[in-house]
Amino acid sequence: MSLDVRPQKTAAEEALATMFAQARDGLPGNEALATARAAAFRRFESQGLPTWRREEWKYTDLRAAMPQAQPLALRAGRLPSGAPGSPILPVDFGARRLVFSNGIFVPELSDLAELEPGLTIRPMGQALREGDALVRAHLTTHSVSAVPSYDPMQSSDAVQSFVADPAVTLNAALMSDGIVIHVAAGKTVERPIHLLMLSGEEAVSVFSRSLLVAESGARVMVLESHEGGAGHQVNTAFEMVVGDEAHVDHVKLNGGVGLHVASLLATIGGRVRFNTFVFTACCALVRNQMFLRFDGKGTLANIGGSSLLDGRQHVDNTLIADHASPDCQSREVFKTVLDGESRGVFQGKVIVRQKAQKTDARMVTRALLLSDEAEADHKPELEIFADDVQCGHGATTGSLDEELKFYLMARGIPKAEAEALLVQSFVGEAIDGIEHAGLRDALMEAVADWLKTRGERVDASRN
Amino acid sequence: MALLDIKNLHVSLDGKPILNGLNLTVNKGEVHAIMGPNGSGKSTLSYTMAGKPGYEATEGQILLDGEDILGMEPDERAARGVFLAFQYPMEIPGVASMTFLRTALNAQLRQRGKAELSTPEFLKRVREIAKSLEIDPDMLRRAVNVGFSGGEKKRNEVLQMALLEPRLCVLDETDSGLDIDALKIVADGVNRLRSPERAMVVITHYQRLLDHIVPDVVHVLSRGRIVKSGDAALALELEASGYAQFQDEAA
Repeated sequence: MSLDVRPQKTAAEEALATMFAQARDGLPGNEALATARAAAFRRFESQGLPTWRREEWKYTDLRAAMPQAQPLALRAGRLPSGAPGSPILPVDFGARRLVFSNGIFVPELSDLAELEPGLTIRPMGQALREGDALVRAHLTTHSVSAVPSYDPMQSSDAVQSFVADPAVTLNAALMSDGIVIHVAAGKTVERPIHLLMLSGEEAVSVFSRSLLVAESGARVMVLESHEGGAGHQVNTAFEMVVGDEAHVDHVKLNGGVGLHVASLLATIGGRVRFNTFVFTACCALVRNQMFLRFDGKGTLANIGGSSLLDGRQHVDNTLIADHASPDCQSREVFKTVLDGESRGVFQGKVIVRQKAQKTDARMVTRALLLSDEAEADHKPELEIFADDVQCGHGATTGSLDEELKFYLMARGIPKAEAEALLVQSFVGEAIDGIEHAGLRDALMEAVADWLKTRGERVDASRN
Repeated sequence: MALLDIKNLHVSLDGKPILNGLNLTVNKGEVHAIMGPNGSGKSTLSYTMAGKPGYEATEGQILLDGEDILGMEPDERAARGVFLAFQYPMEIPGVASMTFLRTALNAQLRQRGKAELSTPEFLKRVREIAKSLEIDPDMLRRAVNVGFSGGEKKRNEVLQMALLEPRLCVLDETDSGLDIDALKIVADGVNRLRSPERAMVVITHYQRLLDHIVPDVVHVLSRGRIVKSGDAALALELEASGYAQFQDEAA
């Protein structure tokens, strides 16, 4: 079977081709980048939108989920009036806010005052236009020229997999703006940096790309919150280059509605502490793909996520943790709560290359079904080529523990409240992995809010 | 009127009859012990009183102040003052003990139409009770019962009981898994809760708990029925002679 033979283009694929043809001359970047964009789009076109036939997209058929493509967002959309806020994260914990509308940086709403020493922030569009050295050195669209053709049987390298992914390819062709953050060696950025990604009123296609370079010994926390708008189609990609002994915390929150595809690439040095967490309580369809490569010895990584789904929502967290160096420890903990007819997907692949001796990797994915119609799919994979490693994975799907529920009710806690406590405890085990206490509390609040609306919906369906 | 009046109670679990016409009357201020061999229906009685799903009463009544509680949800029974100290307290990872205690207390106060406690009032009460039971306050910051020893879990049950101030305390094998020091702490905690307004049903396999919590009445449960009742001396008699005679009687 040849996977390169494509059926006729869908309306969405036609629209994307037209979109690229019309936009290509106006997209930021020099001639070399324009060539790279064109090459990326050709690669995308040869494959089209990913379908279930592609193993990595087995449970999320983007081609079927995207009958039409919205017009490309070339400028910031009009935001709802009032101060820009984050409905999914209403708590202010002193973060530096950088505001985006439809993926386009909005400087007048952003806080660029008194940047900590060693911290540099530039909009991606400007960096691409001006041929920023950091972007040229690190952004894969520039730095990775040879892209392997898709081979499902081949063992994956996280960077190659990222570059070859159809969503990333499309992003490389159409990326318009985003942020470039640089933290100089040994510098600590005290305030968390919050990328507040808002949606304009008109439904559009968004292609945003960001880059974080944390030099050796640097310390920074980056928070992204995406507030999807009705009909919006968001394709966002974030590349992180983490130097030796750096400490990077990354938390991504998905709220709102619409279609959202996000790709994270992190290449991580030695003796690093790297934490990433993705929280999803939104959207018709979400795909979060994480590509992590451990390139140095002695790194500790916590990779976590929790998703709260109801209605007909579909959330897919897909992860490659590529241990390319010895002595690294990674922990992957994903928790999904499913109500209604929702579907939750987790695909996690831990690769331990031959030289990555003494790797310690443990991956856990658990789904809690609150309704009979919800579905959870887990696909944990271990690819181990080294012989002195500790690796394990566990995947479970279950409903609320009736014994625990009885225990709580026997103490006078009404059924709905008991169920809410148990859901919070289930999700809390993943959220506990976040180092920032304020953010942990804020997320537990978000879980409580979700549970409250769940109660209202159940009541409404009874009336 | 008796606080608790169980009349002709028949209970099945998975279609299998366990209790077969049990009668028990407990007045305010009294402590009743229920003793019996394994499989006689002791735990079934306690779970049925608390309302555990699956324990189906096919006949009879459990009257609390004359009101049948059999159709009620466990939380409604708790709000009316029924408290079951579990033989095997559950571990609830991810739920902090303090959150659990506060949620439970406020839910009960709400259901009884009373005002919730303020945070300082609540903390003060929990700390006082914890101190009397020699519970390290640090333990209450952890998830409910997670990583607790058997004895710590039992002390935690008594803490909940003291905080929630039930009118009917059902203690299911509270002595199991306790060494003698822990047993004494737990028994002292229970004894402090004895009051003219409160009744207790102490379920146990062994007599030793009753050295510390001295009952007013002792009942022998065998094959799902109370086959003999007496005063505290009956427990000592059982300790000496065992349960065999009653199993024969019931047969």
